[in-house]
Amino acid sequence: MVDIPYEGIEGIPPAEVPDVELYHPRSWWTRYVFSQDAKVIAIQYSLTATAIGLVALVLSWLMRLQLGFPGTFSFIDANQYLQFITMHGMIMVIYLLTALFLGGFGNYLIPLMVGARDMVFPYVNMLSYWVYLLAVLVLASTFFVPGGPTGAGWTLYPPQAILSGTPGQDWGIILMMSSLILFIIGFTMGGLNYVVTVLQARTRGMTLMRLPLTVWGIFTATVMALLAFPALFVASVMLLLDRLLGTSFFMPSLVEMGQLSKHGGGSPLLFQHLFWFFGHPEVYIVALPAFGIVSDLISTHARKNIFGYRMMVWAIVAIGALSFIVWAHHMYVSGMFPQFGYFFATTTLIIAIPTAIKVYNWVLTLWRGDIHLRVPMLFALGFIITFVNGGLTGLFLGNVVVDVPLSDTMFVVAHFHMVMGVAPIMVVLGAIYHWYPKVTGRMLNDALGKFHFWVTFLGAYLIFFPMHYLGLLGVPRRYFELGDTSFIPSSAHSLNAFISVVALTVGFSQMVFLFNLAWSLFKGEASGGNPWRATTLEWQTPETPPGHGNWGKELPVVYRWAYDYSVPGAAEDFIPQNQPPRATQLVQGAAS
Amino acid sequence: MAETVLTHSGQPTARLEGWRGIAADWASDQRAFKNVSWGKAMMWIFLLSDTFIFSCFLLSYMTARMSTTVPWPNPSEVFALNIGGNHIPLILIAIMTFVLISSSGTMAMAVNFGYRRDRVRTAILMLVTAAFGATFVGMQAFEWTKLIMEGVRPWGNPWGAPQFGASFFMITGFHGTHVTIGVIFLIAIARKVWRGDFDVERRGFFTSRKGYYEIVEIMGLYWHFVDLVWVFIFAFFYLW
Repeated sequence: MVDIPYEGIEGIPPAEVPDVELYHPRSWWTRYVFSQDAKVIAIQYSLTATAIGLVALVLSWLMRLQLGFPGTFSFIDANQYLQFITMHGMIMVIYLLTALFLGGFGNYLIPLMVGARDMVFPYVNMLSYWVYLLAVLVLASTFFVPGGPTGAGWTLYPPQAILSGTPGQDWGIILMMSSLILFIIGFTMGGLNYVVTVLQARTRGMTLMRLPLTVWGIFTATVMALLAFPALFVASVMLLLDRLLGTSFFMPSLVEMGQLSKHGGGSPLLFQHLFWFFGHPEVYIVALPAFGIVSDLISTHARKNIFGYRMMVWAIVAIGALSFIVWAHHMYVSGMFPQFGYFFATTTLIIAIPTAIKVYNWVLTLWRGDIHLRVPMLFALGFIITFVNGGLTGLFLGNVVVDVPLSDTMFVVAHFHMVMGVAPIMVVLGAIYHWYPKVTGRMLNDALGKFHFWVTFLGAYLIFFPMHYLGLLGVPRRYFELGDTSFIPSSAHSLNAFISVVALTVGFSQMVFLFNLAWSLFKGEASGGNPWRATTLEWQTPETPPGHGNWGKELPVVYRWAYDYSVPGAAEDFIPQNQPPRATQLVQGAAS
Repeated sequence: MAETVLTHSGQPTARLEGWRGIAADWASDQRAFKNVSWGKAMMWIFLLSDTFIFSCFLLSYMTARMSTTVPWPNPSEVFALNIGGNHIPLILIAIMTFVLISSSGTMAMAVNFGYRRDRVRTAILMLVTAAFGATFVGMQAFEWTKLIMEGVRPWGNPWGAPQFGASFFMITGFHGTHVTIGVIFLIAIARKVWRGDFDVERRGFFTSRKGYYEIVEIMGLYWHFVDLVWVFIFAFFYLW
């Protein structure tokens, strides 16, 4: 850090808030286990999310085995297949991606990037992780209870979700709902911390429009999550009551196993509205942090300022706001009042505008940049390509008339895996390659990383691109096996087998990544504090990995935005945010 | 911590008026809400999130009530009491509402005395607020008991739509839980005020953070919110 006097620097107002006194751990337990340090909590979140994510990965292998080679594996029956689908979806969307982006990257990066010592309420932040862990354990326990996990599909639509005949009707659905409620409680505790830290605990000179886009993405996603998860909370409580107490919020009167059920008068559509009022923002809760992180990866590794920073910020905010009024585009075939569809189709297509702005700006950032094809950059480029692909098929599905025939086919599966499966995972992986040196002080192995990227990127395309074609043929999603149907050619079965082989290969190649993570922790090349020569504050910490309290004696002071790369006339091709103007050697008038 | 109303230099921040002031605050560094402490900001944002929860509950109840094909029980009749031979509709609910609104008054007084660092009066008023809250929950328990005795269940009731009992128990139960949590925290904070924790800046047992009298106000925000929610429940469930 540059040496600066504490008062009266050019245009930087004095500190409004006295420096915080942190809780100082006194034992191994409070330092590494019940830690209140956001960085430790971030690692705990990430490891837990990765562990449960690996379970979901294995479930996807089992599903692909069944789909690719129906009838070959006697240990998978139809009920289990439905359970695999449900758990795979729920784990990947909520317990892996949401937790990893917000709990993992949010906790690690927000305090460092805004120049804070920690989250504003570290104790609440710690509770957030432990409640999340409890939610994960409750979810994982469903694999061992009588009847197994619920097989209602990750959308958990009633009435089918809680009727007998659906696998996991005994315990699975109850524990799933309980786990979701716990997750939301835990997330709220963390989410409040992230939001207040960004709004109220920035360092001197760090205005909102100087924040790195990573923080903007995570911040907006967290605000959205705080407003969207309540709908899921309410839906979970009501479905739990329907199942446990026999209320009829969602349950119409119907015949169950040959007998008139005890329910009556409820509205299944109400659940779908509540679920998707959460569910659609959830897509962007996962996507916005990815947008933000990828912007920083591209800018850093192309050695160029992000193109249209303000536009990028407003696009993030606009996407966040719009995503609350598009939810019923998941319900075109649900039986809701059909003319609603046109409103929701319109709002859905409007989202394409800010999203396209972001894509253009990423491409324009790359344009004539000094592109370094290092592993994080490879993943960032992979993200753009998969995201554009998934975004374009989103235009298909956003239109009512196109969606109706494509609904519930593999086309939908291909679309959302491209746009919110592969694309955010690309960013997660790129971000891990990018920030691993800061977390551990060591570089990840480059050769293994490049191998990992190419297998993952090409493999993901080979898996999900043919699925679009299967969907256009009319192959339905969620089916245990296709059987003999006249409209599905035998080539579709061969394609399914091909997809399965690739999926298993890509899945196993992730082990290379896990090995790389473990191996580099001990044997990786020492990275130094700022291996990518990046401008943002987290790379300017006095120690690497950053110590407790992040900044040593004095908080950094910020003089510039986060993207001063290749400034004409500057001595280096990057200027850290905390470098004062007079310490920068500039040709007079060359930059401002 | 962030509790200072003044800036570090001891001078109040120069403030612009109206929208220009808001724009200036959001364009500034460090804090978007000037002179709002971390704790207060966090409570406001939590309450916003909680608003969405209660809104979803109430909207779901309204959907059920509007779409049901069987008659909805008449709340005026269901919640009537016979007192001294007189049949008075909604009397218990009226008393409960009165009690809860009164508790907001005592809470506001507690906040006032808190900022005057009047230890004893603050603690007493908080305990009075907690007592009002506990009375409210007690009357709610009485109401629940009465309805259960009359045959109202989450899955049905003698008078009409089964969603009546389901919504009633769920919404008042969730609100009652909020009140109960509020009562517990009121007592805990009143104890700290009484003991003088905020005068000597004693550190919290769990958080090891110093306490400030502002915590009384933050507690008050929560309490007034719970009151406000009750007004909506009262309007939409009992008066509709």
